Amino acid sequence: MTETVLSVRNLQVEFASRRGTLRAIDGVSFDIAKGEVLGVVGESGAGKSVTGLSVIGLIDPPGGISGGEIHLAGTRIDNLPPEEMRRVRGKRIGMIFQDPLTSLNPLYKIGDQIVETIRTHLNLSEQAARRRAIDLLAEVGIPAPEKRIDGYPHEFSGGMRQRVVIALAICAEPELIIADEPTTALDVSVQAQIISLIKRLGRDHGTAVMLVTHDMGVIAETSDRVAVMYAGRVAEIGPVQDVVKNPLHPYAKGLMGAIPTLAGEDKRLVQIPGSMPRLSAIPRGCSFNPRCAFAFDRCRVDRPEPLVQGAQSVACHLYDSVPAESAA
Amino acid sequence: MLAFTLRRAIQAVGVMIAVGIIAFSMFRFAGDPVNQMVSIDTSGAERAAIRQSLGLDDPVIVQFGRYVANAAQFKFGISYQFRLPVTNLLMERMPATLELAICATIFAMVGGILMGVYSALRRDSLLAHAFQAVSLIGISLPTFLIGILLIYLFSVTLGWLPSFGRGEVVRIGWWTTGLLTLSGLKALIMPSITLGLFQLTLIMRLVRAEMLEVMRTDYIRFARARGLTTRAIHFGHALRNTLIPVITVAGLQFGSVIAFAIITETVFQWPGMGLLFVQAVQNVDIPIMAAYLMMVSLIFVTINLVVDILYTIVDPRLRSTVSRAH
Repeated sequence: MTETVLSVRNLQVEFASRRGTLRAIDGVSFDIAKGEVLGVVGESGAGKSVTGLSVIGLIDPPGGISGGEIHLAGTRIDNLPPEEMRRVRGKRIGMIFQDPLTSLNPLYKIGDQIVETIRTHLNLSEQAARRRAIDLLAEVGIPAPEKRIDGYPHEFSGGMRQRVVIALAICAEPELIIADEPTTALDVSVQAQIISLIKRLGRDHGTAVMLVTHDMGVIAETSDRVAVMYAGRVAEIGPVQDVVKNPLHPYAKGLMGAIPTLAGEDKRLVQIPGSMPRLSAIPRGCSFNPRCAFAFDRCRVDRPEPLVQGAQSVACHLYDSVPAESAA
Repeated sequence: MLAFTLRRAIQAVGVMIAVGIIAFSMFRFAGDPVNQMVSIDTSGAERAAIRQSLGLDDPVIVQFGRYVANAAQFKFGISYQFRLPVTNLLMERMPATLELAICATIFAMVGGILMGVYSALRRDSLLAHAFQAVSLIGISLPTFLIGILLIYLFSVTLGWLPSFGRGEVVRIGWWTTGLLTLSGLKALIMPSITLGLFQLTLIMRLVRAEMLEVMRTDYIRFARARGLTTRAIHFGHALRNTLIPVITVAGLQFGSVIAFAIITETVFQWPGMGLLFVQAVQNVDIPIMAAYLMMVSLIFVTINLVVDILYTIVDPRLRSTVSRAH
């Protein structure tokens, strides 16, 4: 379990815009071990999806990785030439996108799309690839796969299409799956099925999973560890029980307080005041300080670095043993 | 599928009847045809006899019925100027126009798709910008001017290509073709370019815009995430999705190519239907004008029908909605 599959160190992603360079990801670091599911949560624009896309090397110009390193099972992949990176995509890293309705090419049978992907990465004959495609469809829970393989995407429901997308993502036995909001576009009843499917596949194949979502419920159900992102940085990262039950970062506390529970019906949900800063106007010091109830002088000047607190790691000055006065 | 085709075919017949009404009414608004046929000193009795023999005394509705019944059998009467059946005249000229239109369309499709794909994939390259500039010229310059410029350059100045006519033709059955002789092929080059240039720029711009659009879609992003080769993504996934609207436009444009051939045929004195039509207009030869109208509409309607059916073949989504809806 301790074998590290993905290791991201101090990742920086920047987008060139007319008004200067915008830093979407600023110093993000995390690891995912074999068979582990890392949930990545945060508001829209926190940089969750960009982190996933930069791992698989699909950040489009004018964006690009401007610093840090990404290692996949010990090999550095963030600086690979495009053709070599292409061979990593689909083969060693599988990706699942948000909207299954638009992820598949409507003009090709799903079987052709799976066979095409298998034959791009594995040295199999047409028939062998087709057999494998049928097995994959069965594994992701498509009934009568030998018949459905010749169906077109529009003949499948949203949940079934997401299963096909998952089959495509795992067809070359990748070491890592990046699932970018895989259940957001689906019905709640289907969401649970897809989540348990991803979890089961990760466990059966020993695949590391990076699960990007804004749904804390999904994270709590699936993940082993969770990373809370805010304004392009990791605010807190740790085992999922710890972070959910005992969040350390004020933002994580706010996020957990905003989860509705059936038990506490009378209690009003806690809101985090304000909204996340735009990339062009990230405040100095801790980017959360204008919305933070605990902010003090140092938070407005000094950018907090991750501090280890037991199994968790939190980027907040409240947990710094150095007194605030001496730093100022 | 069959029901869909049948429904479209019935609609097509409706359109043709409407066109028939317009073609027929041309005869009634363009003066008394008997006056066109006879000389000044023909007596009133003789005129009445001619009128009677042509059936011009019958009620309008009877005349229209007769006209449509004849038209359905490709009988369009006798040309006033040539004193020959209009159908024979048109059939004689049709191969020239069709060969020209087909060559122009092939030129436009092949050139337009290649240039469009290139300028979408290499958006910032010098050549892509050059294509854009050329396409602007193609869209804004009138056809006849391009034809005259080509004649000036390649016929008058360089003397490489003939400035008018079809060259030598070979007769295969009733069809005459210029594709089998060297002079025929040489004669085809400039008219085809002239006629096809507008379509070429249209298709190129359409392919470019569609391709850029398709390259932004989720399934292309997902195809990249699956690690497919650039080649497979561009030509397997993106191009096929791009081609659906292109087929429609190119197909529908084939009708306008035939219609626009009037100008090109006039510039190059191409012995096709368009030239025949222009001569007919000059001589108020209504049977030819009406027949030409009917022929061009028939071609348009047929093409529309074929494009609709082709659509369902290319796009599987339509196939099932079509069969489900009927």
